Amino acid sequence: MSDLKTTVLNALHRELGGKMVPFAGYDMPVQYPLGVMKEHLHCRARAGLFDVSHMGQVIVRAPGGYAEVAAAMEALVPVDVAGLHEGRQRYAMFTNDAGGIEDDLMVAHRDEELFVVVNAGCKDADIQRMTDHMPGCEILPVTHRALLALQGPEAETVLEAMVPGAGAMRFMDIAILTSDWGDLWLSRSGYTGEDGYEISVEEDRVEEFARALLAKDAVEPIGLGARDSLRLEAGLCLYGHDIDAGTTPVEANLGWAIQKVRRSGGKRAGGFPGADILLPQLVSGGGRRRVGLLPEGRAPMRDGTVLFADEAGGETIGTVTSGAFGPSIEAPMSMGYVLTDLAAPGTTIYGEVRGKRMAAKVASLPFKPANFKR
Amino acid sequence: MKYTEEHEWLRVEDDVIVVGITEHAAEQLGDIVFVELPDVGTEVVKDDEVVVIESVKAASDILAPIDGEIVEVNEMLTGAPSTVNEDAIGNGWFFKIKASDLSQMDDMMDEAAYQKFIG
Repeated sequence: MSDLKTTVLNALHRELGGKMVPFAGYDMPVQYPLGVMKEHLHCRARAGLFDVSHMGQVIVRAPGGYAEVAAAMEALVPVDVAGLHEGRQRYAMFTNDAGGIEDDLMVAHRDEELFVVVNAGCKDADIQRMTDHMPGCEILPVTHRALLALQGPEAETVLEAMVPGAGAMRFMDIAILTSDWGDLWLSRSGYTGEDGYEISVEEDRVEEFARALLAKDAVEPIGLGARDSLRLEAGLCLYGHDIDAGTTPVEANLGWAIQKVRRSGGKRAGGFPGADILLPQLVSGGGRRRVGLLPEGRAPMRDGTVLFADEAGGETIGTVTSGAFGPSIEAPMSMGYVLTDLAAPGTTIYGEVRGKRMAAKVASLPFKPANFKR
Repeated sequence: MKYTEEHEWLRVEDDVIVVGITEHAAEQLGDIVFVELPDVGTEVVKDDEVVVIESVKAASDILAPIDGEIVEVNEMLTGAPSTVNEDAIGNGWFFKIKASDLSQMDDMMDEAAYQKFIG
């Protein structure tokens, strides 16, 4: 017997020929008959549909409205939540007392409430964290809505034809739009580096909605395999691999997500877990840094590959945290942590693959420039 | 053609044996993105790791199915590793080996037995 949880689209994934694997406690499709490589390329060329219903959707409310919710959330994340305009969303992370990342998430200002999307593997802990540390707030896990992502250059045309109004949204806008499939909670965002949407749909309408999307010539279902290569080409972190409780946002090169108002000298500086470590680190830069790596040969350098400064001897200078072949850049690509002195783009370092040290160049992220509609 | 439980096929061609992986194996591995071939002239013993292949999912080793000397490798795979997915039993061959003991092939499966093996 399997203890895996399923999303409401499980039967559809199987019907579509999805190869199912365990992921974050869920039985999820790693690929469909098209295969990882073609799914990846299709998403970059046209549009791909992803089931991300395993992720956690949570609404947070308070008697004092958005201002009270935002102030409570700012005690858990180093991000400007109070200054987020109504109808907008941004990237955030829960930090711990050591400045490490407990999870990364999206926060959206929706009317008088905060709508939060967290990773599947962390959602129980995240809900507990918010319940324990956001006094006076109501934490409401959204239990009867699935979450889809429609990503790629044709996502806008496809969705606007089905849900008028979707096309007018800009990158990181959120909206609730009525449709033939009930109220859809949309955000113009995603995790592929492509333009597109994440769409929260009532569970009893989502299969019908997914089938309507898949009936469009431009849309193919995309599994976790291509989701991983798409996000890696886009330079985006996978929680548990590229970021975790032992890496800080500064080390992870996510300092851009910490707005000035929360930094030293800002109006609401600090006041989040690990601020005493993170605020000075934002200035000093920290001892190691997440970088992109382009191996010189064709062999991928995968998660766990140990990195060195020299072709022979010497101490390790870091580790690869994600590595794969990039179908769009037609080359292997990795992300990992290296000593900050060696983090400049163009620096040659070496990864030990099957006992041999292979050269790789530190590269700017993303590997594939993003295609957002700002 | 003969088949191994490691999902390799062997085809006798004049006095050498051509070795590749089956369509079933290629499909299970997924899109192949990298192939590292042995040097021509390498003497190998059955079950030596001779080829490394990386798919979109993971790295795998191809083992020598028989004792002998590698006499030719399919250089085309270095630049076009997806050939293995497209034509596993034709242009997607890995290497040719001059076997030192052909009797090692006697216990291998024929087509019917292999089909049964993969169910």
